[in-house]
Amino acid sequence: MSLLRTRTVLAFVSLTALLLTGCSSRYLVLSPAGPVGRQELDLIVLSVELLAVIVIPTLALLFYIVWRYRDRPGNTAPYEPTWADSRTLEAVWWAIPIIIVAVLGFYTAKTTFALVEPPQKDVKPITIQVISLNWKWLFQYPEQGIATVNYVKIPVGVPVDFELTADAPMNSFWVPQLGGQVYTMPGMAMRLWLQADRPGTYYGHAANFTGEGFAHMSFDVVATPQSDFDKWVASVKASSPPLTTAGYEQLKKPGVTSTAEFSSFPPDLFDRVVWTNGGRYMQGMTGHGMTDHDMTSHGMDGHDMTDHGTAVGQTSR
Amino acid sequence: MDLLPLWFRRFADTYLMWDRGPLIWMSDVAILLTTIGIVAALTYFRRWKWLWREWITTVDHKKIGIMYLICALLMLFRGGVDALLMRTQLAFPGNTFLDPQHYDEIFTTHGTIMILFMAMPFIFALFNMVVPLQIGARDVAFPVLNAVSFWLFFFGALLFNLAFVFGGSPDAGWTSYPPLSELGFDPGPGENYYLLAIQISGIGSIATGINFLATIFKMRAPGMTWMRLPLFTWSVLASCLVIVFSFPALTAALALLMLDRLAGTHFFTMLHGGNPMMYVNLFWIWGHPEVYIVILPAFGVYSEVVATFARKRLFGYTSMVASLLVISVISYFVWAHHFFTMGAGADVNAFFAVASMAVGIPTGVKVFNWLFTMYRGRIRLSLPMLWTLAFIPTFALGGATGVMLAAAPADYQYHNSYFLIAHFHQTLIGGTVFGLIAGMYYWWPKIFGFRLDERLGRIAFWLFVIGFYVTFMPQYALGLMGMQRRMYTYPAELGWGDLNLVSTIGAYMMGLGFVVMVAQILYSIRHGERDLTGDPWDARTLEWSLPSPVPHYNFAVIPRVTDRDMWWELKQQGRTEELRPTADDIEPILMPKNTARPFFLGLSFFVAGFGAVFEWWPVAAVGAAGVLACFVAWESGEEEEELLPADEIRKTEAALGRV
Repeated sequence: MSLLRTRTVLAFVSLTALLLTGCSSRYLVLSPAGPVGRQELDLIVLSVELLAVIVIPTLALLFYIVWRYRDRPGNTAPYEPTWADSRTLEAVWWAIPIIIVAVLGFYTAKTTFALVEPPQKDVKPITIQVISLNWKWLFQYPEQGIATVNYVKIPVGVPVDFELTADAPMNSFWVPQLGGQVYTMPGMAMRLWLQADRPGTYYGHAANFTGEGFAHMSFDVVATPQSDFDKWVASVKASSPPLTTAGYEQLKKPGVTSTAEFSSFPPDLFDRVVWTNGGRYMQGMTGHGMTDHDMTSHGMDGHDMTDHGTAVGQTSR
Repeated sequence: MDLLPLWFRRFADTYLMWDRGPLIWMSDVAILLTTIGIVAALTYFRRWKWLWREWITTVDHKKIGIMYLICALLMLFRGGVDALLMRTQLAFPGNTFLDPQHYDEIFTTHGTIMILFMAMPFIFALFNMVVPLQIGARDVAFPVLNAVSFWLFFFGALLFNLAFVFGGSPDAGWTSYPPLSELGFDPGPGENYYLLAIQISGIGSIATGINFLATIFKMRAPGMTWMRLPLFTWSVLASCLVIVFSFPALTAALALLMLDRLAGTHFFTMLHGGNPMMYVNLFWIWGHPEVYIVILPAFGVYSEVVATFARKRLFGYTSMVASLLVISVISYFVWAHHFFTMGAGADVNAFFAVASMAVGIPTGVKVFNWLFTMYRGRIRLSLPMLWTLAFIPTFALGGATGVMLAAAPADYQYHNSYFLIAHFHQTLIGGTVFGLIAGMYYWWPKIFGFRLDERLGRIAFWLFVIGFYVTFMPQYALGLMGMQRRMYTYPAELGWGDLNLVSTIGAYMMGLGFVVMVAQILYSIRHGERDLTGDPWDARTLEWSLPSPVPHYNFAVIPRVTDRDMWWELKQQGRTEELRPTADDIEPILMPKNTARPFFLGLSFFVAGFGAVFEWWPVAAVGAAGVLACFVAWESGEEEEELLPADEIRKTEAALGRV
């Protein structure tokens, strides 16, 4: 996308001007703070430019034609009521949109494939597991062993591998300044790469409607330098209560809560949530879906299988 | 309250929802007063028999069209009031005008009503009013089935609207994704209302699709070859092709979800091996083609209007036909763009992204052809043309944002945001609604025999169109600011307040525009200029050769078609007399007879649906028995057609001054 980068500034300015604002930072999508959001913005800008090529002349033509050929006394513009065909003209306007779609399609496909890869390959990524509940967000740090509710801290400059699922109706995880969203779905493990390039607190929100508390289901993504992040992990480990299975059942109950921290969580919680919501029927899922490690050891999770044990036997495993 | 018996209070709280506040009470009172008013008026003017004979039992496509139109306008009002309630709630951050539950119900019914109970009947109104007249036919292929379609729609809509005052509205969004719409998260009767009401009217829609396909294939006048078919009829053909292939997917999705809710199956829950993604796919396999179903006829309207009011042949007729058909085919390859963010692989997303953008190609071609139809023409700015001219820039921008949304990675940022809301309102209102209104204005004199007042129409136009831009342009910006759809409230810190207020002001302008439009219709019923020519716009196609309003047999003598813009060509050559019947040509006509069975069939479906909503199985059984009885009665073989004597036709034509 480097070809686009050069024009980005110009187009960004015009786009911002278009939106009649003096305060562009309010436009979260247009002020990305990481490589994913930036790639998405590049594509947005490219699409605006390509479409301007077709829309602006069309509008100009419309105003000209209506003004020139309106029915008023003494209009001397030519009137040819039977002129209704022109191979050349039609070839032109079949060709223009085809070319534009081809160009935009190419860059769209390229970005689509790019975004399933980590945004930066030479830095070791951090994994964070996300469970959307009615109506709150639970974040677990499998490598650090801590968990948070309704906010998530990430180290700056490190790609974050979000693994997401839902223990409630399906929702969508969206942090506009870092990059576009992905759904959280019961029984499935989804994946989203994001990365913050500068410290800050970024607005995140549930993007898919899940009922009464949906409007209040927001979270902050706090990006800090690695050293601060490590200090924060240590302090959470030292001073917060653990999240027990019973505590999770309590947290799961529908309702709106503020933020919270936990020094530990049941290690298999994420996998178990996927499993009990139907993940055991989803063996075939690959790619964005269940990774191998999601699926290990579930079969031994006896207590999860008691409810619907018979059903397991019915599926073609 | 203590004066009321306990059982009544319980009933009132559970079913009449009297504990839910003044909105419900006001609706109850309004419904009661309207019902009393209608009954009183019908009794006072002794119109019960008239209502039964002329309307409820009619199989005349023009009357069915009028009934569809009235329902569509009423539903536009209902959906519009929902919109204003939502916009009022969102005008200020932290507003408490509506509670979250009520807000959820209102946006759900707004979406469902506008798509299924406003746009659909509105296009069916135009199908019915215009298609047989344009192709030189006396009726549709299956007139009784046509009445069945209407009454299924009517009772489906009635059932859906009942939800607001009896038992509770659906609240899971117009898409109703499981698991949110499953019993576990949504126990109330609202979701059942949604499923059954849409199911009932959906059967009618499939029947309409089949009916008009058969009509266009089999009922064209001699000489009306495919390449002489008026563009509106072509657009109806394209739209009906999409209906017959896509509505069954919706039928299946709704039926399976209903089984999940009422019979305890697990088609769409992950437990026991179901999967909500199956619903999401089925819904959008219908849902995306659906937006083309409602916009293709609007494209047809624009084509007719542009040619008529630029006094010129439509530019690139063959291209226009090809692009309609191409759109109807591509419409099946785009559904997955509604869930780019549900974790499909990059390959799947890339395919659906490019397919979705590809729809822009034939659509863009159409816009250029409309422009060049006006080029070297003589453009008259009458009401239908004004709406068409407003459509072009609106749709060009809405189409452009559509292509922006189709770029999958960009969509990761727009999905479920106000950017998306702005986009689809811009195309659905700027494309479909503008087109339907243009069509209504255009064919109004043909159907009703009088013209609508231009001055009031212009006021309505400017209020509505300016209001439209004021409403939806800020929503693009709000989307880029990160505002999600379906939030009943938002905090002040995010700075969304100003633009939301502007948007709300715009919505009220649109509402005012609608009110002026209704005033225009009411004023014109009394004061509108009577159309004695049958051809008030100096138009081009066959329907304008008939007197307005059209006699119920349409054509006394079926015309022989020799040209694409047949009526225009005859006018140019001074040969219009050729389309006038002579007394000798007139022969007796076999016309379909009025029948009450479609009405009773619809009513039975209503009773069955109502019973199923509350799982009152005896009531449902009564309805089902009624449905069965209607089918049995059908088989008993009542006379379906009657012969209209030639003398009577001669008399009618003579009274119209045509023989």
